[in-house]
Amino acid sequence: MIKKTRQYKSQLAVIGSGIAGCAATVFAQARGLNTTQIGNSGALAYTSGYFDLLGADTTHYLKKPWEGLKQLRKSEPDHPYCKLTDQDLFNSFEEFINTLDKMGLGYSSPGVNNHLAMLPAGACKPTFCLPNTMIKGAQAMSDKARVLVIDFIGLQGFSAMEIVANLKSQWPQLSAKRMTFPEMETGAQIFPEVMARALEVPATRKEFARRLKDIIGDSEYIAMPAILGIHRPDFIQREMEELVGIPIFEIPTIPPAVAGIRLRELFELQLPKLGATVISQKKVQHIKFEDKIIRLLLEDSYGPVEIEAEKLILASGRFLSGGLKAGQHEVKEALIDLPIHQPDGRENWFSESYFDPAGHSVNRSGVMVNENFQPLDHQGNVIDKRMYAAGILLAHQDWIRQRCGAGLAIATAYKAVNSIVSKG
Amino acid sequence: MSKKAGYRELETEVLIIGGGVTGTGVMRDLALRGISCLLIDRKDLNAGASGGNHGLLHSGGRYATSDYETAAECRIEGDILKNIAADAVDPCGGMFVAVEGDNPEFAADFPQHCARAGIPCTELTATEARQLEPALSNRVIAAYRVSDASIDPFKLTLANVEHARLLNDSNYLPHMQVISFEKNDSKIIRATCRDHRAEIDVKIRAKQFVNATGAWSKMVAELAGCNDVNLLYSKGTLIISNTRIAHGVINRLRPPGDGDILVPGGTVSLLGTTSDSIDNLDKILPTVSEVDRILKEGSDLIPSLETTRFIRTFAGVRPLLMSSDAAEDGRKASRGFTLYDHQQQGLSNFATIAGGKLTTYRLMAEKTGDLVASRMGNKNPCRSAEIALPTDEGVRWTEPGYSARHWFKHSDASDLILCECEMVPQSAIDEVIKLAPGAEDEMTVQAIGLRSRVGKGTCQGAFCSMRVTSHLYDQHIYNNRNGLRHMRDFVGGRYKGIKPILWGEQMPQFELAETMHCGLMGLDLFEDGTKQQVDSTEHKP
Repeated sequence: MIKKTRQYKSQLAVIGSGIAGCAATVFAQARGLNTTQIGNSGALAYTSGYFDLLGADTTHYLKKPWEGLKQLRKSEPDHPYCKLTDQDLFNSFEEFINTLDKMGLGYSSPGVNNHLAMLPAGACKPTFCLPNTMIKGAQAMSDKARVLVIDFIGLQGFSAMEIVANLKSQWPQLSAKRMTFPEMETGAQIFPEVMARALEVPATRKEFARRLKDIIGDSEYIAMPAILGIHRPDFIQREMEELVGIPIFEIPTIPPAVAGIRLRELFELQLPKLGATVISQKKVQHIKFEDKIIRLLLEDSYGPVEIEAEKLILASGRFLSGGLKAGQHEVKEALIDLPIHQPDGRENWFSESYFDPAGHSVNRSGVMVNENFQPLDHQGNVIDKRMYAAGILLAHQDWIRQRCGAGLAIATAYKAVNSIVSKG
Repeated sequence: MSKKAGYRELETEVLIIGGGVTGTGVMRDLALRGISCLLIDRKDLNAGASGGNHGLLHSGGRYATSDYETAAECRIEGDILKNIAADAVDPCGGMFVAVEGDNPEFAADFPQHCARAGIPCTELTATEARQLEPALSNRVIAAYRVSDASIDPFKLTLANVEHARLLNDSNYLPHMQVISFEKNDSKIIRATCRDHRAEIDVKIRAKQFVNATGAWSKMVAELAGCNDVNLLYSKGTLIISNTRIAHGVINRLRPPGDGDILVPGGTVSLLGTTSDSIDNLDKILPTVSEVDRILKEGSDLIPSLETTRFIRTFAGVRPLLMSSDAAEDGRKASRGFTLYDHQQQGLSNFATIAGGKLTTYRLMAEKTGDLVASRMGNKNPCRSAEIALPTDEGVRWTEPGYSARHWFKHSDASDLILCECEMVPQSAIDEVIKLAPGAEDEMTVQAIGLRSRVGKGTCQGAFCSMRVTSHLYDQHIYNNRNGLRHMRDFVGGRYKGIKPILWGEQMPQFELAETMHCGLMGLDLFEDGTKQQVDSTEHKP
């Protein structure tokens, strides 16, 4: 049977459905650009939920991100952030977070300073915006409040004892308890995503709250792994707090983590409501830059799909998401074979020590762009005026070490969309 | 044991320095004669060449052409180990194969050389060879079957130590480095050692001292004032594939060169080996160019290597005995061994055992045991070739696939799997930290990895190190920030063997690992994160 090719037409095609791709779609739809978004959002499940703007200068954590940005613009003139003003950065966060809020996922507002936040194993890091379900943790830590950290029999990789052992020297009123989760009491492995979905059910919340009440004693807060629901975490957090009687906050977990699943499912559900066409869990296989149109080709289980777009934003991520590929001798951009800024030879990709504060050179490889975020060749010429790039596939940044992944995603998508709009 | 100001004192009959396969072999040999020993290592078991090789139990075929004596030794010792350490041996067989471009005369002479060393060898047609090993190139010109096998050097070492403990409570102490020897006339009285973990000096009194420190044996001998040990250091690099590529050992039938051997290691294959003379033992790390060289050479024999996923590379140093024609080329140096009694150097209770091979370690231990026993007036004969090594709890977790079989057999769903690549459950970790040789308080993830399959799979410890660390906190093995520091050191150590093979499918794996270890765990800025927490609380009223 020959399957019929389905065709879509839109002003903008966004390739990638991580934070950068979704932010691009959000910004584009808000500016009246009809958008089709295609991508496989696997890597989104690896986020902690925290949105970083700039959390480290690679040797130290930064309390004051805006001051860090001033330094960065001096020390790393090629960094993508140098193509953005403070106003761009702030506005992009504000608009994106306001949109998330309207979609039903609350985040703290962008501000002046970073918040010191708890990490899954008991270390801390500064971050810019936190989900509502996690923000109380930053407050409780700075107050050294009486916090009970709970973990669960059967839940791997999240140990309340570990968190307490790491933080107690500065936080004596932190304590740990292990409990069972309702209906998951056999001792066999349980998963944060399954627990979070179970908490969407009122009866589970009631029983969970009852068990919590039994063990809280005189605690001022309960801290728990991120499991407070997938679709309405803010509501579930509030209801649980009412049932238990004290404030509750979440600590991120190691992947695959609920915070990322929340974002993925939120976007899948809400982006179409903004008017975007979303083709999820699929990768573009081929792309043609024709005179009048950019043609994207892919195939899903219903047959071939063809998307005609006037403009393109490439936000396909790095190696983990498949945006970049590493051969034995060089790094390549996977879809269009865009020129890649990269170290000369595999000998120079990685530092001698894993935790070298300077990071690894290969992590600064990526797509080169101009101030409008249009990809460039090695001579600095725009490759195709209709094409833009956003997010962590950009060159000259180290999003892991600089703690700037969300900021890069949101702000470069913002600037790329604004460039498209202003050029008409 | 008594405590004196500034140092600890220990006493034993024989102090053995070096926790490789030879040192632990000597320990077992002496314990079998009723002599009690203390074994120490600067780092931990198999930290040198014993852990940095392909785990090949030689049929002798490799040396049949060049070193008849070593070839014959390998054949005899290989057979003994297949008997006494059956649990650590995979009798997978092996093959010597020449492909187009290799010297046909060298290949044609091979059966004669084998016959001279008494090594059984059967000629195969190219078709037969490819039926047995489908991964072979279709350009095979000659192939011979031999009785190579693979052996788990970690299991062997652990079993040696465990056997000595069971026999007469002989003990092993890790991270204990000899700093100096105290002598009185022709005898060493005490060795002063540094316990790098407790950061304290330990003075160990013994009747006999054995130096089995492999590549470091020249330096340790010099500490005792002996200048008669002369070694050539040859660095060898190997790479490990994600899956097992061949059933048996595949040797290239030509004079030894890079990328000329593929050895199965349970569920993976090990491809090697380079041979580069070096002067300095400080930084023995595999490099990108070595990896690329091995792959280029190896793919002549096994074309699929070009697209194989590799998960790790590692390097070891062969401590080779210096001979006149070996000065320039490690490959021509003897694989034989020498026992130095240091009599000429004026010492009567110090011995150094150097050179040799993994396959001949038991024989090396026997010769050393003979000397030490006779010096002590002990007339018991060596029994290490007849008595099997133990396979009990605590030493069984290094075998690939064992954890998975154990877990399925016990089918206890609440015994959570901590390492998913190798299916290592909590109960295995609990057994290792209680019962494995060298187990101690606040055991590091690295030390656990040495005694189990943790960190050996596709993720190379990226995930399991986090889970194991959490488990150790839950068990109160770790009680403060040092647990995360141990984890940081473990993944930092694994990285050195990952870095040169990072491309293709390993690249996303690595990006995920770095995201977790730095972004989610904050290990790169761990101390700074701690400082931030201190600052933020100190500024509060």
